[in-house]
Amino acid sequence: MKNYIIKRVLLGILVLLGVTVITFFLSRIIPSNPAAQWVGPRATQEQIDQATVELGLDQSIMVQFQTYLKDLLQGDFGNSLRTKQPVTEELKAYIPPTVELVLISTILAIVIGIPLGLNSAKKKDQALDHFCRFFSVGAVSLPTFWVALFLQLIFFRGLGWLPLGGQLDTKIKIMYEIPNITGLLLTDSLLTGNMTIFFDALKHIILPAITIALYPIGLVARMTRGAMLEILSEDYIKAARSYGLKERLVLWKYALKNSLGTTVTVLALSIGYTLVNTFLVEAIFSWPGIGSYIATSVMALDYPAIMGVTIFSAFSYIFLNMIADIIIAIDPRVRV
Amino acid sequence: MGQTLTKTLRPKIKEIQVSLYLLRRNKLTKVALYGVIVLLLIAIITPILLPAEIHINQDVNPAEKLMSPSLTHPFGTDELGRDIFKRILLGSTISLRTALIAVGMALLIGIPLGALAGYFGGVLDEIIMRLTDIFLGFPPLLLAIAIASFLGPNLNNAVLAIALSWWPWYARIVRGQAVSLKERQFVKAAKAIGTPPLKIVSSHIIPNCVGPIIVQASMDIGGVILTIASLSFLGLGAQAPTPEWGLMVSTSRNYFLNAWWYSIFPGLAIFFTVLAFNLLGDGLREILDPRTRKN
Repeated sequence: MKNYIIKRVLLGILVLLGVTVITFFLSRIIPSNPAAQWVGPRATQEQIDQATVELGLDQSIMVQFQTYLKDLLQGDFGNSLRTKQPVTEELKAYIPPTVELVLISTILAIVIGIPLGLNSAKKKDQALDHFCRFFSVGAVSLPTFWVALFLQLIFFRGLGWLPLGGQLDTKIKIMYEIPNITGLLLTDSLLTGNMTIFFDALKHIILPAITIALYPIGLVARMTRGAMLEILSEDYIKAARSYGLKERLVLWKYALKNSLGTTVTVLALSIGYTLVNTFLVEAIFSWPGIGSYIATSVMALDYPAIMGVTIFSAFSYIFLNMIADIIIAIDPRVRV
Repeated sequence: MGQTLTKTLRPKIKEIQVSLYLLRRNKLTKVALYGVIVLLLIAIITPILLPAEIHINQDVNPAEKLMSPSLTHPFGTDELGRDIFKRILLGSTISLRTALIAVGMALLIGIPLGALAGYFGGVLDEIIMRLTDIFLGFPPLLLAIAIASFLGPNLNNAVLAIALSWWPWYARIVRGQAVSLKERQFVKAAKAIGTPPLKIVSSHIIPNCVGPIIVQASMDIGGVILTIASLSFLGLGAQAPTPEWGLMVSTSRNYFLNAWWYSIFPGLAIFFTVLAFNLLGDGLREILDPRTRKN
């Protein structure tokens, strides 16, 4: 087991390094000239040349890679070509709103997805199962960005119940001092006891959170159903049932426990999907997170920013997957 | 001879019969199958009846811009007065064609690498599999976004980006197949008569992996269509005036609060297409999976 964990961590480090290498070399096949972008459209050739030297673009690609890696290890992603600010600082500002959104969506995915998949497996080929199957396949077939516009049409334009976008109402932003303890607005406003901010933030997060959660809800339900179907056909479940144990106990204790592997894997996968879904919808909801940040950076060909977001997201995803694998390995049945 | 032929064929025929029976019984899958067939027909026929060049050059009509759905324009018109229904039909060809090319390219990379890794094992296997680990280390869609944005925004690059981020899945499946195939009698026999290793891979291993890989690839089409639409939505795929569904939803963002039809219909087109492919894939998986297959 110990060996497995060490091996898994080493693999994780290899993958991190590989992801960095791929991202770096991809960014260098960029057809545009970053130095020209840095100095702006009206720069002279002299200024461009100077910027080329300043940005280190005159050096060989291997030297550039070494420099990038060295800076990265110190948490420095370089400067954005668009804003000229350090990407690290910008990420620090944009990550918390995205984390908040991902957390809420993941909670929704677990709280709705797992019971949905479980009940679907319990009543296989009955009405509920058909509904759940249709729902889960439907949810993974929906274009997330379109769902965002659709919900805005209904709840903002049609019913007027919820705001169009943003994280807080402009008026509230002016009237109150925005708390900043953890960076997560909902938690911070609760901690400082400012309920006005809390409820306004809640109202603003509903639409983006639901939009982003739909895909993982479907995914979690689908995978839970699959795992449960296999488990429910096993002998020990039949034995438990023939002992006359309550069906609820059989399902939620004996069966669900054994689908732990699937649940944990699905959780890591689900967070991966929610994270990337934010890239598609944050801009629609004017949500000030890394999703909006990368969407803007992509249009401006701001490669240090794109690399920053890519590497940050990949690192968190790899880390989550590693944790998931290790948790599964602790499972006594997997121990070799 | 005739008897042995029927003997070996009988179980296979029986298997196909059972599959067809299960398909008939599974209504949702049957509906999805019809849906996919209709979509393919639309995608093939539209460009013949409605050449894209003519549409792009002649359909702009500012006098009829942003008109709500009516009998002449069942899905309304966009900001340039183009008929949205017509553009959605044209978009079907683009979505299905690009998805097929992207999956095909991913197969072209994934199948040989997976077969080589599985058959030769050892260092080569280790290298190729760690490479798939690295590619799958990116969250889904992220690698495609990164590649597409670095290559430059256009539809071809988006397709390439998807292929480059999708191949590891196929490499892994083929590798699994190859590992078990290489222990089979016919592969050992080929080796014994001195067939060169690469020849064994190309004429014994790969052809025998094709079945499961085709099933997997057909299940992926829906996801790939959605990915292409997503990249186009981000501005990394199709560019104006291409009638691509994701791009249409993206453009509609500036008008949708006062012209709901502009975003709703292209989005529904994406949804129903992806849904049909996913339902079909889901049903096929259930039908072909021996674990859930019961007679």
